[in-house]
Amino acid sequence: MTAYLRPTSLDEALALRAAHPDYAVVAGGTDLLVGALERPAPAGVLDVFGVAELVGITPGPREALTVGAATPYARLLESPRIRTTLPMLHTCVREIGAAQIQARGTLGGNAQTCSPVGDTLPVLLALEAEVELANQAGRRRLPFAEFVTGYRQTALAADELIVAFHFPAGLSRLRQHWRKVGTRRAQAISKVMLAAVASLDDGTIASPRVAFGAVADRPLRIQSVEAALAGRPPSLGLADEAAALLEQAITPISDVRSSADYRLQVAKNMLHRWVASLVD
Amino acid sequence: MTEEIAGDQKVMGRFRVNGDEHHVAYAPHKTLLEVLREDLDLPGTKHGCELGECGACAVLVDGVPTLSCLLLGLEATEREVLTVEGLADDARLHPLQAAFADLGGSQCGYCTPGVLVTAKALLDETPKPTREQIQEALAGNLCRCTGYLQIFEAVEAAAEECAP
Repeated sequence: MTAYLRPTSLDEALALRAAHPDYAVVAGGTDLLVGALERPAPAGVLDVFGVAELVGITPGPREALTVGAATPYARLLESPRIRTTLPMLHTCVREIGAAQIQARGTLGGNAQTCSPVGDTLPVLLALEAEVELANQAGRRRLPFAEFVTGYRQTALAADELIVAFHFPAGLSRLRQHWRKVGTRRAQAISKVMLAAVASLDDGTIASPRVAFGAVADRPLRIQSVEAALAGRPPSLGLADEAAALLEQAITPISDVRSSADYRLQVAKNMLHRWVASLVD
Repeated sequence: MTEEIAGDQKVMGRFRVNGDEHHVAYAPHKTLLEVLREDLDLPGTKHGCELGECGACAVLVDGVPTLSCLLLGLEATEREVLTVEGLADDARLHPLQAAFADLGGSQCGYCTPGVLVTAKALLDETPKPTREQIQEALAGNLCRCTGYLQIFEAVEAAAEECAP
């Protein structure tokens, strides 16, 4: 028997989560319901879509932003703050599915599923977002990079819910770059995604953060590339060097959507183009 | 108040579809698509991929284009659902339907119900959409017959027709 629970407040949701840690938490259902009939039914479903405390975009000091975990993507697209402060997230979300998926999909759902091809996950890594988790005892925040622990594995405890994502201050000053490669822009699962940010400080690259999706068992920051870029002036030579380092850092696979060779070449090209684009 | 529903037996639900109130027994594991077609006798909404990829099953929920294959019927109770059956005013076609028929916007017709309701939501929000806005709004509705041009032209013609 599968039970369906629809709490109307966060307190209720947390109590139900504690009582039923084996239930699937659903925040939009655009992943859970795909192929649901081919999989064993979950013991139950805890539906947090629409729980008011989990929805909204809240500005903080110096353009910091907090986004509720169950805020539909469509709300992010309508938000002038998201467009101006987190243009990379805006571009990314605009390419997830299409209007019908954007009406239901959420950051919290994407993060909890934690698929290697979750489109928003490299963005959360590159923007150094923090994820806020809650259980009945209280709340904790951790960097999104620490939240991701393996293939579809996260640090979320069985009695916790994802409540929000915190984006730090000052992101609008960074050059934000999002690029996904797939069969087409809408309604196609990505083959490779790149989320990269940096600023140019007297002609040298500062604060580079490079994250890829679909090139490993989880979304990945590429620290070797970041270290090579930091403090150096962008050039085509540096782009070559970054692409060579990337090859050592990622382990793409072959599947129905693409081949390992294609993913590797495309990932290198994407990184090369981004570094080259920083040259004035 | 938390709503709790056991999944192994039919439940009664109130659905508001195309302005009509329905009080029906349905299996709570069913998607809205299945409830519409099997329990409410409204087969205009089509089963396509059932993977959220094709848009054939799109309906409007509270005016918002939504894939009925990825929404449990449970989540649509007490909300306003519009399907293709609700577009016409008795025998009078909606301007979108008339334009699709006149301009070849529908060939095999399988994607058409999802395209029509999604286009209606666009025109409700943006009465004079640009070609680019039409393309983006319909990007989630796949059509294997028309090549899309006739669809875009039909939406533009309907927008002209609807404009005050």
